[in-house]
Amino acid sequence: MEARIRARVNLALTFFALLFFVAGSSPPRQFVISNAERRIDLSSHIINVHLTLKVENAGTRPASEVVLALTPTEVDHLAMVDASAIKGKRKKTTSLRLEVKPTELPDAPPIDTKYFTIYLANPLNSGESTTLEVLYVFTHFLEPFPAEIAQSESQLVFYHDTALILSPYHIKQQTTFIKTPSTKVESFIRMEPTNRVGTEIKYGPYEDRPPYSISPIHVHFENNSPFAVVEELVQEIEISHWGNIQVTEHYKLIHAGARHKGVFSRVDYQSRQSSNGASSFRYVRIVYLLARLPPRVHSVYYRGEIGNISSSHLRTDSLKSELQIEPRYPLFGGWKATFVIGYGLPLQDFLFESSDDKRYLNFTFGCPLIGMVVDKLTIKVVLPEGSTDPSPVVPFPVEHHLEAKYSSLDVVGRTVVVLEKKNFVPMHNSHFQVYYSFKPIFMLAESLMLASAFFMLFVACVAYIHIDLSVRK
Amino acid sequence: MSNSYTSDILKPFKLKTKQQELLIRVSILCLVYILAFITRLFSVLRYESMIHEFDPYFNYRTTLYLTQHGFYDFWNWFDYESWYPLGRIVGGTLYPGLMVTAALIYRLLHFLRFAVHIREVCVLTAPFFASNTTLVAYFFGKEIWDSGAGLVAAILIAVCPGYISRSVAGSYDNEGVAIFALLFTFYLFVKAVNTGSLAWGLASAFGYFYMVSAWGGYVFIINLIPLYVLVLLITGRYSMRLYVAYNCLYILGMLLAMQIRFVGFQHVQSGEHMAAMGVFFLMQVFYFLDWVKHMLSDTKLFQEFLRITVTCAVAVGGIALGVGMASGYISPWTGRFYSLLDPTYAKDHIPIIASVSEHQPTAWSSFMFDFHILLFLFPAGLYFCFKRLSDATIFIVMYGLTSMYFAGVMVRLILVATPAVCLISAIAVSATVKNLTVLLRSKTKVAQIGSTKGTSSAKASSKASLDQSQPFQKNGAMALLFGAFYLLSRYATHCTWVTSEAYSSPSIVLAARGAHGNRVIFDDYREAYFWLRQNTPLDAKVMSWWDYGYQITAMGNRTVIVDNNTWNNTHIATVGRAMSSYEDEAYEIIRSLDVDYVLVVFGGVTGYSSDDINKFLWMVRIGGGVFPVIKEPDYLVNGEYRVDKGAAPKMLNCLMYKLSYYRFGEMMTEYGKPPGYDRARGVEIGNKDIKLEHLEEAFTTSNWIVRIYKVKPPNNRW
Repeated sequence: MEARIRARVNLALTFFALLFFVAGSSPPRQFVISNAERRIDLSSHIINVHLTLKVENAGTRPASEVVLALTPTEVDHLAMVDASAIKGKRKKTTSLRLEVKPTELPDAPPIDTKYFTIYLANPLNSGESTTLEVLYVFTHFLEPFPAEIAQSESQLVFYHDTALILSPYHIKQQTTFIKTPSTKVESFIRMEPTNRVGTEIKYGPYEDRPPYSISPIHVHFENNSPFAVVEELVQEIEISHWGNIQVTEHYKLIHAGARHKGVFSRVDYQSRQSSNGASSFRYVRIVYLLARLPPRVHSVYYRGEIGNISSSHLRTDSLKSELQIEPRYPLFGGWKATFVIGYGLPLQDFLFESSDDKRYLNFTFGCPLIGMVVDKLTIKVVLPEGSTDPSPVVPFPVEHHLEAKYSSLDVVGRTVVVLEKKNFVPMHNSHFQVYYSFKPIFMLAESLMLASAFFMLFVACVAYIHIDLSVRK
Repeated sequence: MSNSYTSDILKPFKLKTKQQELLIRVSILCLVYILAFITRLFSVLRYESMIHEFDPYFNYRTTLYLTQHGFYDFWNWFDYESWYPLGRIVGGTLYPGLMVTAALIYRLLHFLRFAVHIREVCVLTAPFFASNTTLVAYFFGKEIWDSGAGLVAAILIAVCPGYISRSVAGSYDNEGVAIFALLFTFYLFVKAVNTGSLAWGLASAFGYFYMVSAWGGYVFIINLIPLYVLVLLITGRYSMRLYVAYNCLYILGMLLAMQIRFVGFQHVQSGEHMAAMGVFFLMQVFYFLDWVKHMLSDTKLFQEFLRITVTCAVAVGGIALGVGMASGYISPWTGRFYSLLDPTYAKDHIPIIASVSEHQPTAWSSFMFDFHILLFLFPAGLYFCFKRLSDATIFIVMYGLTSMYFAGVMVRLILVATPAVCLISAIAVSATVKNLTVLLRSKTKVAQIGSTKGTSSAKASSKASLDQSQPFQKNGAMALLFGAFYLLSRYATHCTWVTSEAYSSPSIVLAARGAHGNRVIFDDYREAYFWLRQNTPLDAKVMSWWDYGYQITAMGNRTVIVDNNTWNNTHIATVGRAMSSYEDEAYEIIRSLDVDYVLVVFGGVTGYSSDDINKFLWMVRIGGGVFPVIKEPDYLVNGEYRVDKGAAPKMLNCLMYKLSYYRFGEMMTEYGKPPGYDRARGVEIGNKDIKLEHLEEAFTTSNWIVRIYKVKPPNNRW
């Protein structure tokens, strides 16, 4: 509730600030947006906003930097922003990914607005126009209201936004579509023309809106998908040059939807589950999780802090492996569960030699559980003992540092490359590489150590038998 | 040419008979060592590497604390999570031997760069010590009889179910290391008595110290050894060796034992330890008399002196004991000790001891189950021991007889008897087999009979009889030998079967056979504990019957009202009273205990019989023992305990009944039975319309085995 008020106050403040500064500001006014279409998908707790902008250079000089504006609340919940330029007509469109960077506008009017700059591949000449497609992904943006629900109640959530697209540019025409997961919408704020058909609410089209104009709206609707959020995921990838990669993943899972209130009744839970089929009644809870693992995975385990959890199934084929796991208990709103998944992978699938005599690990940066928001993702790549100068290559910005780890029979410790990413969504899934140098002779170190230890033991035995230590004969 | 060449090469490798014998002995011992370890791994293979049952969870939790915080923090640990609101001074109320041992193993492994988890160390501690026990059994057997008996003893004890029951992987309890310590102490003491060496005496004192630090069963040692010494004194076997061994063990062992806070000054203050002190003084009197006898040449004078000294000594001792008891300096015997001497004592006076199933008197069937053929070999072994009496055999006879008596009194003490039974049986097996083989072999060398020395009377007699009836003897001996081996192989199969079927269940995870013969796992306990751990406030207080206290603190990480350390009877009785009262009365008690959650175990859906309804009468008895408002007859109908329609009204409306059967009346458990059919007791429940006023269902596990209720805050008055 408090968060909602704060969000509203923020919005309102922004709104007033905008009104004040609208006249006096001087943003890069070179562009005019001739047409903007926004599609907001609210079907799960990961919100995808597709923004299609037709940008026209109304200035005199060629320009290549298009600025996007977001409210601070939006920026707080923004998981990723991605832009691409659309080339071609109708069916033969090709998209080209563009670079997006957060920027500060020195002469920007409202205090709180945050900006992202899209760098166009080719500067746009005066009078020319181009189509940009922007994808925003927001997490933790839907606010359950009521914040606490009983076992059999459905989950209602608020979505706050503005009917008009916040932009430093003049928008000639704009439309917003909001897609809700079901037809059950409690309430929404109208701003004519507003139209609701089925699961879609259409705001607009609105003509000729000046820069920074907004109009707060909210949608209060039913969203019964469980808000499965991994608060923290630590993934440890341990490379052994003897042929195995061992992956261990520590999850802290929470159902971040409306909190469960009052009684949990097993009778109700079991009877509704069995008699009425799956679709007719659904509790808002997490029962199954599906993890997509690489093919040829072996020795998979699924444990909790206090021992094995026996409810899991593994299906493997040549392309992928799917691990279906079930937490110890169904997760209702606000309930938590921690667990560990571990598996082994064949080394040759992931470790390669690069041209400059280095080796590199090529692995997926991401959470194997499907459809998860990960608040904090830490990937630890444990390199074999004796490897030197590691360097990670990740397609998006991450924090990284080095650690040391002592595993079995380690003397100097293994180098660990730690990569950290906050607010991770499935759209981030991509490959990353860690390059390092390694001399094969180090592979023999541990086996030689063991062999010599046994040798010493036997020598000691032989010596003990043959040496007579008694003083008297 | 080449033949002689190879034989030249091989010549240095050719072993002498003695070396061959050594090699065989060492390899047998190694195999037994490994066998003792792997036969205890059934539970890990069937289930997983986990801690079993109740008490081991406390040990595991403290070990975890020890490895994380170090020894001093562990020693000074005040645990707020148990016995709320009293708490527990952990360092002063436990035997730290087990935890320190596991932590040392853990440290050692990490020093050697083996990255193992402390849980694995804890799980495998008991099998590891069982393996060590086999070695001790070998040396002990060698000491009291011969190396053959030692080997047989090692084999027998490696697989004996009586010992396996407390030392499977995961059974991380004091007994796991204590049996090793017990046998080791006895071995060192016998060695000290046999040699009279101060070094062995010192070693036995340290063995005793380790035993004291590991288990409360050390009282058995400190009473058995004085008894043994007394028997030796009475039978006129007093010697300097005995004097050295006993004094060294007693004085050093006592001083060392005082370092354990839980034991403290009990060695000089408690009635249970007075026998040792009395024998200690008696030894001094004997020594003094010996010296006087040495000085005095006149026997008549000495007899006179002897009479006076003995009378004085006994009188002084009696007076000292009387004064000590009267002044309260020497505490009287505890209830547990009484209940050992008088099996009916606990039933009448301490229901909390009687309520534990492992404190029940032993049934014949469980003797048979745990000892199998050893039960028959034991008397035979005693016969052999009596035939060749020595200080060592007297010791093992006394150990065997006393521990067998205690094993009859309490089921769990079968464990203490097991090493003695194995050793004595090993003597029987070894002596019999030896005699038989001597018969068989000497028959082929009739001419040489005269030359072999008849050291033992058994051998001599067998030879004597051999000459009289040779044809029968040979066949008879063969048959007997085969019979013996057949029996031993039956023993081995029985032990393996018992281990895999009866003693390898962790009792946290329950396994059953499904309708299609598949294995069904009930993991409800951990489901509930994990739910508590993840979804309740950190400072939540959980009330349950005391059996589950350790598990809740270890796995659920929440504060409990009572747990398995049953030191405060009143507190447990309060919980028992709350469980057996009506809901509104119980609510008052629950509020006064500041309870947030109430946990009950219920087997009505799965047919799990050791649930709280079946334990309920003990709650009533223990509660009624302190609070006379609770009366057992109120819950019974004509002395019969029932939960169906014919049950007593108080039973149908008490808190435990309500919490167990809440909304159970709507539940179909079995096809063709009415709803609310309790599968554990095979009846339809008597009260199907249960309304809860002050508590609400917070969580019930998937098979209903654990049900957790939240205590509602009191209603507003307006």
